[in-house]
Amino acid sequence: MQFLTKISAQGLCVFYGEKQALFDVNLDIPKHRVSALIGPSGCGKSTFLRCVNRMNDVIEGCRVEGKLALDGEDLYAEGVDVVELRARVGMVFQKPNPFPKSVYENVAYGPRIHGLANTRAELDEIVIRSLERAGLFGEVKDRLHDSGTSLSGGQQQRLCIARAIAVSPEVILMDEPCSALDPIATARIEELIGALRESYTIVIVTHSMQQAARVSQTTAFFHLGRVIEVGETAQIFTDPREAKTRDYITGRFG
Amino acid sequence: MSELLSGARNLHLRKRCAAEKRFRRIGAAAVGSALTALALLLGSVLWQGLPAFLEHRVLLEVALDEGVIDADGTRDPGLMGEANYAGLLKNALLAHFPEVSSRREKRELAALLSSGAAYDLRERVLAEPALIGATISFEALLSDEADAFLNDLGSRELPETERQIGDAQIAWLDALAGRSLVRRAFAARFLDSGDSREPELAGVWGAAAGSFWTLLTTLALSLPLGVAAAIYLQELAPRSRWTDLIEVNINNLAAVPSIVYGLLGLAVFLGFFGLPRSAPVVGGIVLALMTLPTIIIAARAALRAVPPSIREAALAVGASDVQTIFHHVLPLAVPGILTGTIIGMARALGETAPLLMIGMVAFIVDVPGGPLDPATALPVQIFLWADSSERAFVARTSAAILVLLAFLVLMNLTAVLLRNRFERRW
Repeated sequence: MQFLTKISAQGLCVFYGEKQALFDVNLDIPKHRVSALIGPSGCGKSTFLRCVNRMNDVIEGCRVEGKLALDGEDLYAEGVDVVELRARVGMVFQKPNPFPKSVYENVAYGPRIHGLANTRAELDEIVIRSLERAGLFGEVKDRLHDSGTSLSGGQQQRLCIARAIAVSPEVILMDEPCSALDPIATARIEELIGALRESYTIVIVTHSMQQAARVSQTTAFFHLGRVIEVGETAQIFTDPREAKTRDYITGRFG
Repeated sequence: MSELLSGARNLHLRKRCAAEKRFRRIGAAAVGSALTALALLLGSVLWQGLPAFLEHRVLLEVALDEGVIDADGTRDPGLMGEANYAGLLKNALLAHFPEVSSRREKRELAALLSSGAAYDLRERVLAEPALIGATISFEALLSDEADAFLNDLGSRELPETERQIGDAQIAWLDALAGRSLVRRAFAARFLDSGDSREPELAGVWGAAAGSFWTLLTTLALSLPLGVAAAIYLQELAPRSRWTDLIEVNINNLAAVPSIVYGLLGLAVFLGFFGLPRSAPVVGGIVLALMTLPTIIIAARAALRAVPPSIREAALAVGASDVQTIFHHVLPLAVPGILTGTIIGMARALGETAPLLMIGMVAFIVDVPGGPLDPATALPVQIFLWADSSERAFVARTSAAILVLLAFLVLMNLTAVLLRNRFERRW
């Protein structure tokens, strides 16, 4: 089966000062699917993720070589506006990081700075729709003006997802979004990821093999800064071609 | 059990417990001695300063003779203001002591009254010209020597040569007190007037206003500059040898003795730019230079303490660097910045040396109405009074210290309230 490619990396190399973190990565992320990046700690999967919305720019001494394209446009070409890129590529972090403001303000912030709503009513609608899509609205509809930090960990993470989708991105990057959550909250987020796949291209970094198997359609295995194997999730987990992949998913290392 | 706690182990355990107890006691003793020292200091200042908040007055029946005040009946305030009110008061006082006749005695008797009493009487008459011709009850301020004697009646035992007040004067005061005419009252003039050569007339308000204008200038300059510099250095500037050099220099500037800033102010602001001498605006600029490094260092620390996850969250929804700073990072750093600012401002409030260099040490009677009027500042006023020879200035010095401390407490309180308003959890 052939899918449209949303993100395409060709010969991508990333350096943190002297240290090289990614070596010649070639990886295509298909549109409207969930792609999981798995691999042991320090293998470069988060680095790859942070290249896609150029969050690596804020890290001192970080250098990117090779080509990384979103819909065919080179993200590292001159004249690319990082702010505009990040509005197209949202991100959810490992630890829930709501702003220390109200639930409403957390979601409304992105649309407000990008001028997506002209009136208060439009903004209200965006906030409510985003919270609904993140499966949070029912739980917080009576406390929209309470602090976002007063929610539980799982609710905070869904608030962060609502915040990311409020600016209508095309891609959502998730960096181990469930690693700080309990199994019930994790299940809710995974459910949510499945529902969001229809409208967004999702790339998720995870340490949990089960999670990758549950939520993703495509899986890429990273090891020591290289992509070892990419394929359909079912194929990677049942019939990996590479010995290293097999060793990792069966728990022999990592 | 007994094996566990026996022998070497037991000894070791006891030693360790003893060491912990010892250290606790040393710590408590250290805190205790610091508190005792503070209590002693505050107690002595309070004890010495309280008399300055009170003054002695004598109740006199003053005949407001029209022939003296307004002989022509013009009711012209200019002419009425020049009348001999001291003479009226002297006559009222003499009425109590008909036996006083020689010029020397009359002069000594009149010296019991402060020169301020005549000013008070003039104010009263000018405010209410209808009183002219009548005889009014008037509370006349006593001189500082009389006040000091009444505060310390034991000093009558001293030989006359060691007192500031003569035997005859003591007898008169006793006679007035015996007729219940001497009254002790709250000295509002200490809080609402400017400096004076007469201790009983000297007030702290001129210096307080000077301090206020100076600190206002300091705050207006150092807070925006300091915060802007801190934001640039901490958030926006690329790390390079230059920014490292600037950082080292800022840290060093925070440790430069304050008088050096005074010399700089003298040479640059007065000498080169020709700004007015003794003006709070110059004092404010000099103190702002002194306070800047403190604020920059505190603001950078506060910015650094904002969790990186907040920055990432803002950047990831597409906020620009400047939006991230002003919408998220800076509001979270405000409490820390305020703390640093208040430390810097408190230091500026207590600073004397640099103000001496730029002429804010002059004797200034008028209360400054703005940052360009000649003024002095509270710590300088304390220094000036401590240097005066009149006994009564001892109490004023301590009282001015109390006012300075009250000023400081007020400033700190404002900062704490502001900080609590801005404090947010994350």
